[in-house]
Amino acid sequence: MADETTPTTTTATEAPAPSSERRPPRSSGPGGPREGGPGGRKYFRRKKVCKFCTEKIEAINYKDVRLLAQFVAESGKIVPRRLTGVCTPHQRRLSSAIKQARNIALLPFAGRAG
Amino acid sequence: MNRTYELMFIVRPDMTEEDQDKLISTLENAVTASGGQVKNVEKMGKRRLAYTVRKFHDGIYLLLTFEGSGGLVHELERRLRVSEPVIKFLSVRIDEEQKRLDKIKALRDAKRKAAPATPEPAGEAPAVTA
Repeated sequence: MADETTPTTTTATEAPAPSSERRPPRSSGPGGPREGGPGGRKYFRRKKVCKFCTEKIEAINYKDVRLLAQFVAESGKIVPRRLTGVCTPHQRRLSSAIKQARNIALLPFAGRAG
Repeated sequence: MNRTYELMFIVRPDMTEEDQDKLISTLENAVTASGGQVKNVEKMGKRRLAYTVRKFHDGIYLLLTFEGSGGLVHELERRLRVSEPVIKFLSVRIDEEQKRLDKIKALRDAKRKAAPATPEPAGEAPAVTA
């Protein structure tokens, strides 16, 4: 009983100390950029723009493996729009091109090439 | 009604140059026989496959661009399926995509021409007043 109570008291006393230490940097974190605001997002996220729109790449061809490989994850999956920032019309063309490239063994269905 | 197609196929890595030429010429003959027209033949060379196909890790990629009807594509695909050295093929219709690209290019060229044209009247206007 005595052994049990002593650790609980020590943890109780220790617990507020790190939290109070941690609190000042945490409050200064969102205070720095100010973009997040109170209760909002804590860090500023740069807005992603479509690579094909900005660089004016119109031809998304299944033969262009180097271009397509940028939008395929290590696992071989097509990277979703929300991660890459590609616009809907281009993502549609991109996904069909990747699927064609997979069919002709230019890109893997799963896993790394080779 | 002729359409432009692109037929990419992979042959075994140990296939000789002569045999490749022979295969290509038979395909070309099939295209011309059915009223089509061969536009381009490209040997893309030996490449590593992204996954094993019929126990092969490498393959020789060949690309045939031609004009013809849908029935011709069907016939070519049948030939590729029965020819033993061909391990994989893909036929894609490219004329609509090309049309779209040409349209965009024409639009862009028109814009580029319009852009230098607009300052010209502005430059003329002061000259008239002066």
